Amino acid sequence: MRTLAPVTTDDALLPALEARVRARAHAGPSACPCGTATLADRPDTTVVRHAGTVAKAHAVDTGPAELALRVTAAARLTGVLLPPLAEAPFVLHGRLVTYWPYGEPVDPEDPDAAPWEAAAALLARLHRTPPPSPVPAMRGPVKAARAVGRLLDTAPHHPATAPVLAAWSALPAWARGEAPMPGPARLCHGDLHLGQLVRHPAPAGPWLLIDVDDLGTGVPAWDLARPAAWYACGLLPPDEWQRFLTAYRASEGPAVPSDGDPWPVLDVPARALTAQTAARAIARAAATDRPLDEVDLSLVDACARMASAAPQGPHC
Amino acid sequence: MQCPKCHAPMHTYNRNGVQIEQCSGCRGIFLDYGELESLTRLEAQWSQPAPPPPPAAPQAYPAAPAPAWGAPHGGHHGHYGHHRQKGFGRMLFSS
Repeated sequence: MRTLAPVTTDDALLPALEARVRARAHAGPSACPCGTATLADRPDTTVVRHAGTVAKAHAVDTGPAELALRVTAAARLTGVLLPPLAEAPFVLHGRLVTYWPYGEPVDPEDPDAAPWEAAAALLARLHRTPPPSPVPAMRGPVKAARAVGRLLDTAPHHPATAPVLAAWSALPAWARGEAPMPGPARLCHGDLHLGQLVRHPAPAGPWLLIDVDDLGTGVPAWDLARPAAWYACGLLPPDEWQRFLTAYRASEGPAVPSDGDPWPVLDVPARALTAQTAARAIARAAATDRPLDEVDLSLVDACARMASAAPQGPHC
Repeated sequence: MQCPKCHAPMHTYNRNGVQIEQCSGCRGIFLDYGELESLTRLEAQWSQPAPPPPPAAPQAYPAAPAPAWGAPHGGHHGHYGHHRQKGFGRMLFSS
């Protein structure tokens, strides 16, 4: 079995990014006691914080023109997306870097405090807002396709791979990133999960969406599909899913009908996100030579069950 | 045997295989050496395999619709509960 070959992180990137964020935070060479925290250091993304300033080094394959459009749009979506500190991304060690104010994230230790209503209301507002400036297509389906492609490359013979591939190949071409998304196009976040919300100003300001990397126009149900998938897989309690869905409808979100069964619209994107999440889980387990855990298995089992019912809905 | 407190006669009962003496007057219970531990162990065995019953859905919320491929029981009795914390942690990331 081949192992995952993560994109090699340039060893010089992190210290360089730390120096930049420190300089940006204090706008001067004076010594300071703050310290710099690494918020994320993944093969594709590095995020560091110094005092109230955050610097993000985007994935190596990020297109500069597309990122600039997305950052510009974020600057104009006041009250929905965290505004950037500077609109123009710059290049550091071959990576595009953007500056953002620090926001207080969701507490991972406290599921009861999860801001489902705020997430839903922000998405509804985003989906109702015409793009304030030109933006590329939302990248959700392309990212899902990439995760499934990586699964094929890294763990083609894992026993859990077959049901995930079967579920994936039953999806319509647009959901696999192989055809344009059906209209009407709405402004979408593209990668909504609870890590994409922060309170700004920290620690008690209003919730805002962060991470513009996948922002763009497309099928808005995609943004509801990750919570929907967690619910369908038995991982998100029905009352929390219901709170999210009810709040989205109360804010007149256009992705689902205002009442009745939302699943004809959610079915295809929730299948795609279940397959994407399962694909990543299997690839990670194979790379580290570990068995799938119960959350991973819930996702794979859901993919297996998809074989018994064809995708439904208006976008099949 | 007489109750050490009120001196009424004590009767022997068998509780899940553990002999206990209960006073017929004040209802006090006398445990022999090791019997308290036995009862505690039994209690733990009883409470472990039987999870608390799922809370009844409030009448105002009819069962939420779920897709055909959803988890058994329509997504209503899945892995939340003791898996909730783990699942929640995963919801903070895109993977």
